[in-house]
Amino acid sequence: MSNVFIAFQQNDESRCIVEAIVEDNPAAIVNYQPGMVKIDVPNSLVIKSSTIEEKIGRKFNLQEMQLHLITLSGYVDETDDEFRLSWPN
Amino acid sequence: MEIDLRTVSIQPLRHTFDHIAARFGDKPASRYQEGTYNLQAEANFHYRPLWDSKHEIYDVTRTAVVMEDWYAFKDPRQFYYGTYTLARAKMQDIAESDFDFVESRGLLSAISDADLIKIQNVFLPLRHVAWGGNMNNSFIAAYGYGTAITQPCLYHAMDQLGIAQYITRMGLLIGDVSDLDVAKKAWLEESAWQPLRKYIEDTFVLKDWFELLVAQNFVLDGLLYPLIYQSFDSAFSAKAGPAISMLTRFQSEWFAETGKWVDSTIKIAISESGANQQLVQQWVEKYLALAIDAITPIAHLAFGPTASEVISELVEGFNQRSVKLGVKK
Repeated sequence: MSNVFIAFQQNDESRCIVEAIVEDNPAAIVNYQPGMVKIDVPNSLVIKSSTIEEKIGRKFNLQEMQLHLITLSGYVDETDDEFRLSWPN
Repeated sequence: MEIDLRTVSIQPLRHTFDHIAARFGDKPASRYQEGTYNLQAEANFHYRPLWDSKHEIYDVTRTAVVMEDWYAFKDPRQFYYGTYTLARAKMQDIAESDFDFVESRGLLSAISDADLIKIQNVFLPLRHVAWGGNMNNSFIAAYGYGTAITQPCLYHAMDQLGIAQYITRMGLLIGDVSDLDVAKKAWLEESAWQPLRKYIEDTFVLKDWFELLVAQNFVLDGLLYPLIYQSFDSAFSAKAGPAISMLTRFQSEWFAETGKWVDSTIKIAISESGANQQLVQQWVEKYLALAIDAITPIAHLAFGPTASEVISELVEGFNQRSVKLGVKK
């Protein structure tokens, strides 16, 4: 079993994204580092725009996430509503 | 020589203000939280105001609605000054370019004179209605309790003022200042507008601010905006093109956005207690009947013979919204 991970810069908006990830992925391990937050999840991770919208209080286009993104690992599967990371093979 | 570089992680002693930490725990707080929670002035007012000896200056009993925590009224849009102004600036940019577009392409000249007169008759007196909405929401912001509710009401008041200005600008684009005077005269004297004017002026003297919020933001706006900016707008643009829809775009988008906040406010008050639910239900029933009477002549002005169908559709839509929020048990 291997982890996928994603890391964001720490700011007002990414805080809502992290909150949403933690809610949608109960197995997430959040690791705060100076200026950065890294989230590890076993096997797969999902980011839903609907959950982020709830936290942030406005429409959220998943592409906006790229502004805060530092790095990620895993196979990316992206739709308008969801961003998934996994190791399918 | 060897230089050793290493990262030192410094944990801040506190992440946010103590009163925010007491509510949400000591973690980084959002700007909305810091700009909203526990900001209501509570202490150090030793004397009651001379103009109202029954209440403190800031008093929870200025409304019959009772809340355990007045900060429960979280704004789903999380508007504080920064996000509010940004959101409105964006809408304003779009509205500006719409006005420019309509003006530069001469889109109004494609509409017949009779239709333009109808637009003037239906829309221009509404600037006085919007001003009423500004007054009422300013009242709620002044006498309400808890920043979570007074803050969005103040924004709502400013929005209503903006809407009055957009209607004015539309009037100036179609005609000139004398048309605005004609519209004011209609608002003051024409029989079709008097029931609505009575409704608004009666709400000016309400003392219970939550009752006022129900009467203005939920019931009246909940009927008037769909009537004008949805039903009338789509009927008119089907006939005469989208120019008027472009000039009223701010209003229709604003209604869709603020509706979420109004809904959540009503829902939170109702779910607090059965007593609140009964109060709100009484108010909704009372003002719904009055508001239907108030907007029926406007619907006749806008739709002519099909007005009663339009009204019954609107009321049905409004009732569905109320049921969804739990206003009626």
